[in-house]
Amino acid sequence: MKTATDQAPAKRSRAAAAAAGAGTAAGQAKAHDVVLQVRDLAVDIRTHRGTVRAVNSVAFEARAGETLALLGESGCGKSMTAKALAGIMDPVCDLADGEIILNGTDLAALSPKERLKFAGPELGIVFQDALTALNPVYTVGTQLGEAFRIHRGLNAKEARVEAIDLMKRVGIPEPESRINSYPHQFSGGMRQRILIAMAVALNPRLLIADEPTTALDVTVQAQIMQLLRKLREEGQMAVILITHDLAVVAEEADSVAVMYAGNVVESGPVSQVFADPRHPYTKGLLESVPAHLERGAQLKSIAGSPPELHDIPDGCVYQSRCPLVQDICRAERPALRPVAGTPVAGNSGAPGNAGTGNPVAGTPVNIPSGKEPRPARTAACHFSEEINNV
Amino acid sequence: MLIYLRKRIVSSALPLVVVIVGVFALARMTGNPASLYLPLNATQQMRDDFTARNGLDQPLLVQMADYFGGVLRLDFGQSLRTGQDAAAMALRAFPATLQLAATTMVLAVLLALVVGCWAALKPNGIADRISSFVSMAAASIPDFWLAIVGIWVFAITLGWLPTSGVSGAGAWVLPIATLLLRPFGVLVQIVRGSMVSALSEPYIKLARSRGAGELRVVTHHALRNAAAPALTVAGDLTVGLVNGAVVVETIFGWPGIGKLMIDSILQRDFAVLQAAVLLTAVAIFALNILIDMGYALLDARVRPVTVKA
Repeated sequence: MKTATDQAPAKRSRAAAAAAGAGTAAGQAKAHDVVLQVRDLAVDIRTHRGTVRAVNSVAFEARAGETLALLGESGCGKSMTAKALAGIMDPVCDLADGEIILNGTDLAALSPKERLKFAGPELGIVFQDALTALNPVYTVGTQLGEAFRIHRGLNAKEARVEAIDLMKRVGIPEPESRINSYPHQFSGGMRQRILIAMAVALNPRLLIADEPTTALDVTVQAQIMQLLRKLREEGQMAVILITHDLAVVAEEADSVAVMYAGNVVESGPVSQVFADPRHPYTKGLLESVPAHLERGAQLKSIAGSPPELHDIPDGCVYQSRCPLVQDICRAERPALRPVAGTPVAGNSGAPGNAGTGNPVAGTPVNIPSGKEPRPARTAACHFSEEINNV
Repeated sequence: MLIYLRKRIVSSALPLVVVIVGVFALARMTGNPASLYLPLNATQQMRDDFTARNGLDQPLLVQMADYFGGVLRLDFGQSLRTGQDAAAMALRAFPATLQLAATTMVLAVLLALVVGCWAALKPNGIADRISSFVSMAAASIPDFWLAIVGIWVFAITLGWLPTSGVSGAGAWVLPIATLLLRPFGVLVQIVRGSMVSALSEPYIKLARSRGAGELRVVTHHALRNAAAPALTVAGDLTVGLVNGAVVVETIFGWPGIGKLMIDSILQRDFAVLQAAVLLTAVAIFALNILIDMGYALLDARVRPVTVKA
């Protein structure tokens, strides 16, 4: 408890006090502690054409007070990964393999019933579309209070008090009167705030935000990201931010895991990955950012499209679109392994400072400073060392 | 809410007038009651007297105007058959039908909710297949056929239940079972369908992510969302029960409004027929208003907007 509050006493006292009520105070994480470790995660989908693997040997870790971005295009398995972590997969999906170690407990090994105890106090999730994610027939007060009623056994009146407090925390004006409103009576931005409030109600260690701003307009996006940042600091939560937006990753995340066709193809601190990508897919993504192109120049894109899940090739998942493809790529799938010759810790990786050129000029990059050593950089490519010499 | 209710009642008035006019005109096309009530060898003089005494010699429009005048004074005329007040006869028969219909619908809805939810938990699972077969069969069996088979098996062959009448609890079994089957079958399929779609909504996933267990997810989160389609269909089926009641009440000798209608048609007892139809129509309008209020209760999105000053 003491160590937990040492970090930032003023900000933390409230979250710690709230956590004490939940009986989780003892586990309040210190900044940069590893909160979640995912290893070899695999998810299968049962379809009419047989079982397909939608997520394959995915591994990453999330740290307290930091944001990990899961970056990838539609269908790459990032949302599936999020649902697997939260234990809310569709009925046709199975957790085929892997460990989801959240603060020392392997969630993947628990029964669905045991997992319910973690859903809320340890882990919260925010969806993209706040309108469909809120139950239309109950007031937001009822829904905000539900977590307190389930996990702390509060009655309706006590839960209402907590719900009003939550609404204040996420910046919803006039919570005392708005608490009796229904989801459809709120604006999109306010609905997203309510969704976030529900996810952080019990001060979880881990917050998964699945494209939280995709459905919102740009000014509201900024407010929501700011709110997430504030809540992350207050509760020293680990945040997993799922997005396809490179700019959001650059602005918000400390580290990034790039996903392609169900696999993590590259991961590491955002500043380093963006400045010096070591997987051809990441490189292709960054080169497709139009920010630094001349007016009138052809926009760059990655030719082709991702493989069908029914039809994932034996070797590298990216082989069909890779400009560097060799025979070995078709024969052997590269494992996600540390990249030799990449800088460690948050002392490098500023734009223009590392690697070749500057693929994300014009995009502000957060350089985490004074933090503990970053996770090693990894990439799943046979040629990750030579990629920038080609 | 009161403004809304008043609006609904006012807007129901016109259809009710149409119903009365329709029944009034159609009933008189069945023929002159005089030929039914007087002996075969009655003289023309006697027939004319009977017709004049009951006001049936007037032009149809005059008769109708008289009738509407009476309705406004809540005077619905007398029965040709018994000389009793027609409205009183209809009101006396109504509770028997209401009890039958209400008991049937309550049972049908409860059973369908349980079976439908059970089936929806695992689409295409064993429970789903069984309930799909049973409900399809239940919805397809004609009620008059089932009533007769029921009497034959349980009343005549086995002797467990009475063939007709209202004495004792046993008398309720066959009429209710007969009426229940179709609403049950239809409602199971509606509940199953709307529960399957409700359970696949993102808000259900999110409820699970807050730690809501299976029971809470089904009964608290999904069911209320799935209830509106079931309510619509249940209302429609309740109206259908009145039709079913005509058959079932006739077969089982149940002294309800359905039997009264059939009897008064056969007897050309116009005043009673009109009173019975009007009463049924009013009941159906009331039911529809109740259903609309039910929607509003279930879902705030369809509540009539009250403009704040």
